[in-house]
Amino acid sequence: MSDVVLETKNLVKHFPITQGIVFKTKVGAVRAVDGVDIELHRGETLGVVGESGCGKSTLAKLLVGLEKPTSGSIMVRNENMVRLSGSALRRARRNIQMVLQDPYTSLNPRMTVGDIIGEPFQIHPDAVPRKGRERAVQDLLDTVGLNPDHVNRYPHQFSGGQRQRIGIARALALKPEIIVCDEPVSALDVSIQAQVINLLERLQKEFGLSYIFIAHDLSVVRHISNRVAVMYLGRIVEIGDDLAIYEQPTHPYTQALLSAVPLPDPRLRGHRDQIVLEGDVPSPANPPSGCRFRTRCWKAQEVCAEKDPPLEVRERSPHPSACHFAEIRDVIHRT
Amino acid sequence: MDVLPGVDHNAPLLEVNDLHVEFRTQYGVAKAVNGASFLLNPGETLAILGESGCGKSVTAQAIMGILDTPPGYVTQGEVRYRGLDLLKLSENDRRKVRANRIAMIFQDALSALNPVYTVGFQLAELFRKHRGMSRADGRKRAGELLDQVKIPGAQARVNDYPHQFSGGMRQRVMIAMALALDPEVLIADEPTTALDVTVQAQIMGLLAELQQQRNMGLILITHDMGVVADVADRISVMYAGKVVEEAPVYDIYSQPGHPYTKALLESIPRLDMKGQQLSVIRGLPPALTNIPSGCPFNPRCGYVRDVCRQDPPPPPYQISPHRTARCHFVREVLGV
Repeated sequence: MSDVVLETKNLVKHFPITQGIVFKTKVGAVRAVDGVDIELHRGETLGVVGESGCGKSTLAKLLVGLEKPTSGSIMVRNENMVRLSGSALRRARRNIQMVLQDPYTSLNPRMTVGDIIGEPFQIHPDAVPRKGRERAVQDLLDTVGLNPDHVNRYPHQFSGGQRQRIGIARALALKPEIIVCDEPVSALDVSIQAQVINLLERLQKEFGLSYIFIAHDLSVVRHISNRVAVMYLGRIVEIGDDLAIYEQPTHPYTQALLSAVPLPDPRLRGHRDQIVLEGDVPSPANPPSGCRFRTRCWKAQEVCAEKDPPLEVRERSPHPSACHFAEIRDVIHRT
Repeated sequence: MDVLPGVDHNAPLLEVNDLHVEFRTQYGVAKAVNGASFLLNPGETLAILGESGCGKSVTAQAIMGILDTPPGYVTQGEVRYRGLDLLKLSENDRRKVRANRIAMIFQDALSALNPVYTVGFQLAELFRKHRGMSRADGRKRAGELLDQVKIPGAQARVNDYPHQFSGGMRQRVMIAMALALDPEVLIADEPTTALDVTVQAQIMGLLAELQQQRNMGLILITHDMGVVADVADRISVMYAGKVVEEAPVYDIYSQPGHPYTKALLESIPRLDMKGQQLSVIRGLPPALTNIPSGCPFNPRCGYVRDVCRQDPPPPPYQISPHRTARCHFVREVLGV
């Protein structure tokens, strides 16, 4: 588990805010991702959690090359994806694929399932010889638990869970090492979620895949991830293995987030440490100075407005945490 | 308040008996609700739990009288508010019930609010139409209401349009609107599904507080087993338009009495556990135009026997005075 398959350094994506129609002038920037360092190891699942607008989907797009970063680097197989272009970029992209959130809009309704899953082979003709493609598509359908005879059906003939399996088969087609899953189960019904989660786990073992698993559902992320990164306003505020983040969170935002998740056990009612945050997430176009969480934080002091706390191991935080006053607090168990 | 003849204040607050709703579409008749029954008492929170397509939202629409007709029709059953069968009322009388006695909040506040009027105008409209207030008085009451649902700077925000509010704040506006005329029953249809967890916690806390102040009956429609465990007193689990299990919240989580409830509980990952095996409910919820014969859950059930495929599910089996489940093998599921 030691070898790193993906590494980002100080990854930044700012979307410009412009004014005017003929002469566009830049009046500001939405700092969607603002300095993110992550490492992904072989065969590992890194969960990324955060509320809407924290930049987790933009991070996913940057990693698969759907957006070009403003600055920073993405190292995969000793190559900086950001610097690559043309055929070199195309070749490198094979190695990192994506599963999208909404299985209803992410599959072209006019293409058959066979065409959808086989499309990666048209873009990368050397992946599988022309003769073997039909067979390869059928094998992929079988791998994700769909009937290989259904290659000629259209997406609307499948249920949501089955469509998500089609999306997963498409991501597997080029035998990537890394799959970025952006909210892969949040559009599915509760009874279907478990099917897709179990499928992702089985595929990981079978093919030695590394996942970046982005979701807002903290329970699902805990179930599937080895390590978890918590994002707030474009930055990672805390990162660590499953026990560190869930059992011993040290950043106030992680603590608030965890304490807000209702647990399916009525006996815990009124017996948990409850932190209710005031207000909403500030706009990423104009983030607060210093620590970005300070406007909603109950621990905030003057130093929080002046000094931006780096993400590092601290005296009272055995894992990296971006808080001047990081301290372990258990918020998910009975108190 | 408008006078409503036939209301008996000693009768149960809200009682739904054997409700059937169907949608007549060009592809056939979709049986959305097939005999839903439950009871709601003042101050109580009843959760209706189920997946999409189980008929939980349609049940709420039938209670409110806001079904799209056509294609939706209530074909059987009764909805009694304080003894008065709402389904037999004229549209004029139903308007007196809506918002005054029974109000509803919806999942998506952005599409439930009118984008071209200020929230103050939309709130004041309730007072003008139902209470005959003047515009100025209505506007003043609107400000007070926004303050009650804890919108910061309420008086100033009366003149804002829905798009100027964040998701959580819009949901607060919806709650204010539902509570404007002091209803006795509030139906909340997935009120926090579109919101982030920290905002969800704020909204659920607000709802619980307002419910307690007013001793309202609350029907919470959701698919989230966590939210239910946090706030509900009783739970009705729906599957394919039927209530398959009804129980006090503590019983159902520790010892589910229907195979569907049990399977649901075993299929969700938990925040406070690691390494659990997620058991899978095989197959899909049935299409409502083609509900399997026998027990509707039989193709997905782990306890299935021949009787489940042939006979309709048995009448609610009384597990304890306040608990029922509709399964031939209740005792086996309970593990007794």
